[in-house]
Amino acid sequence: MGIGMVTVELKGLSKAFGSRVLFRDVELKLHSGQCLVVTGRNGSGKTTLLRIIAGLARPSRGQVVITDGAGAMDPSRLRKHLGLVAPDLVLYDELTALENLFFFARIRGIPPDQDRSEALLEYVGLQGRGGELVGTFSSGMKQRLKYAYAIQHSPSVLLLDEPTTNLDDDGVEMARRVITAQRERGVLVLATNNAEETAYGDQVLRLG
Amino acid sequence: MQQAEKEAKTAVRPWRPGWLEVGTGIWITGMVLAAFLWAPEVRNLKGTQILYFHVPCAWLASIAFLGSGVYAGLYLRRRELMLDVKSAAAAELGLLFCTLATITGAVFAKANWGMAWNWDPRQTTIAALLMLYLAYFALRSALAGTERRAAVSSAYAVMACVVMPFLVYVLPRAFETLHPTVVRRGGMDPEIIVMLAVSTVGFTGLGAWMFRLRVAVGRAVLRRMEELV
Amino acid sequence: MATRSFAWAEGPAAVLWKDLQAEYRTRYAVNAVVVFAVTTLAVVSFCAQAAAAGPELLSPLLWLILLFSAMSGLSRTFVREEETKTANALRLSADPNTVYLGKLTFNALLLGLLDLIVVPLYIVMMDVRVGNPALFVAILIAGSLGLVSASTLVAAIVAKASVRGALFSVLSFPILIPVLVAAVQGTEAALRGVPWAQVSPTLKVLVMFTVVMVTAGLWLFEHVWYEA
Repeated sequence: MGIGMVTVELKGLSKAFGSRVLFRDVELKLHSGQCLVVTGRNGSGKTTLLRIIAGLARPSRGQVVITDGAGAMDPSRLRKHLGLVAPDLVLYDELTALENLFFFARIRGIPPDQDRSEALLEYVGLQGRGGELVGTFSSGMKQRLKYAYAIQHSPSVLLLDEPTTNLDDDGVEMARRVITAQRERGVLVLATNNAEETAYGDQVLRLG
Repeated sequence: MQQAEKEAKTAVRPWRPGWLEVGTGIWITGMVLAAFLWAPEVRNLKGTQILYFHVPCAWLASIAFLGSGVYAGLYLRRRELMLDVKSAAAAELGLLFCTLATITGAVFAKANWGMAWNWDPRQTTIAALLMLYLAYFALRSALAGTERRAAVSSAYAVMACVVMPFLVYVLPRAFETLHPTVVRRGGMDPEIIVMLAVSTVGFTGLGAWMFRLRVAVGRAVLRRMEELV
Repeated sequence: MATRSFAWAEGPAAVLWKDLQAEYRTRYAVNAVVVFAVTTLAVVSFCAQAAAAGPELLSPLLWLILLFSAMSGLSRTFVREEETKTANALRLSADPNTVYLGKLTFNALLLGLLDLIVVPLYIVMMDVRVGNPALFVAILIAGSLGLVSASTLVAAIVAKASVRGALFSVLSFPILIPVLVAAVQGTEAALRGVPWAQVSPTLKVLVMFTVVMVTAGLWLFEHVWYEA
């Protein structure tokens, strides 16, 4: 998938739940090759901010504008250029790993490819597990599959919420590879409290 | 500057009755007097006076229903919370008048034909309307979060509106009805028609008044919420 | 070209296939619906015993069984996605119309399966004489589609709320009144052997309702689906 320059802009972004204000007037601009790290205590709004950028939640005020060579992205284009790994984004337990990948490829408009999918599984460390039901996976394996789901379409914008939850040392290595690769070709947003991961950030946003 | 002007116009201030309120008050008083002292009884029908209450209530229930649906559709388009306030306010009024219409209709039916309820198409329609209103409020109370509640209940309100033509036009054609076939057939004293028109106007004024009050309350609540962000 | 003109169906087909796969492995919705329907039918047949029921009673009873069975199962396709949190992945990757059409088709197939199981059993157990079989089937299909078209959208609405079970029936029933009235009337006429021409207005109403509901659904679904 051809990836040109991509820009992510947060303009005057504010979010409140009832009387509880999470963040106010966030102004930010990110270009390809840059990484934003969002840190803060539990409950400070990191996940919510990422969800707003992904288009899964609405801000109370302000907007998110993601632009590439062809102009600002509407939701249908965004779907093809954005990937998200998050604790509350879960894949189908009743399907096998490969079936999950095929399904999401098809609805994203990518023809499902057995070889590509298996190579992807290998990349995230799930080689040979394609035919197993996700319901039988450990939480670490599920997390790896989430990565496969998120990068399957080579997104220009990748959002990682708590990138290394449930991952063993091997998994953390894999996450590092994904992060490095993404930083070279697109925009990366990390939500984390891990000091090591915070170091990746060209810009750091502290919430709460 | 524009914002300040807007706020001044809709600021919370001590209530003073305007033309709408005074006019409606006088109109309805006159109407009630006329209903009992002037208009004749319809032949073969007992207790005609209740008609002057029942018909406008049914009318208002339908108007409120449509209004609620229209505001709901507009909200989904524009996402301005004030539109949701208006949609819910219209629905509240609609529920009130629908309940009144259903009860007065049943009373009238019992007095004249011995049966309070027999599922004839008109009664079915008003019952369906009542159920839709109640369902709408059940849904609203089960939804958390202002925007979510507004969007999801608006979707239901629009669905309900879409169903309305089926209930109102299609159903009655399919059956015979006990319901007095009204003005189309003629055969009603002109005084009755005048009275019905008069009371409908009066009630519409009343409905508008109540709507304005309810919307003002909603606006104040919304403003309070917005101050926090 | 033939393949391009059906490209829009690729997404919904994927969603449908996924739901069918999941359903086949867990039998989450089918079990609930079929068991409920057969039990209700048994109860109805038992309570009616030998009572000679004419078409004016047999028709509403059939639709009652179908309605309540539908109410027990048609919301699951959406509720399950929200409960297991898989809905988020779907929201992120799929076009909303894709999801809507896929789930609509799934529900249609589910209710179709229900019809296939319940109706023949009903005819046998209640000793039903069908005067105009072709009309009977037509009304059954049109009525079922009407049921599904409205319920699927309500299911999406209910999946967002907190008290789902009872709410689904409460919200669906008033919306379904036109379908019920028309379907019961039409079925009664079909049982009596009334000719097509007389019943075609009823059939038209059912078809119109389905078309209107699906269209409304295509516009409204997106607004409901994306509520955080």
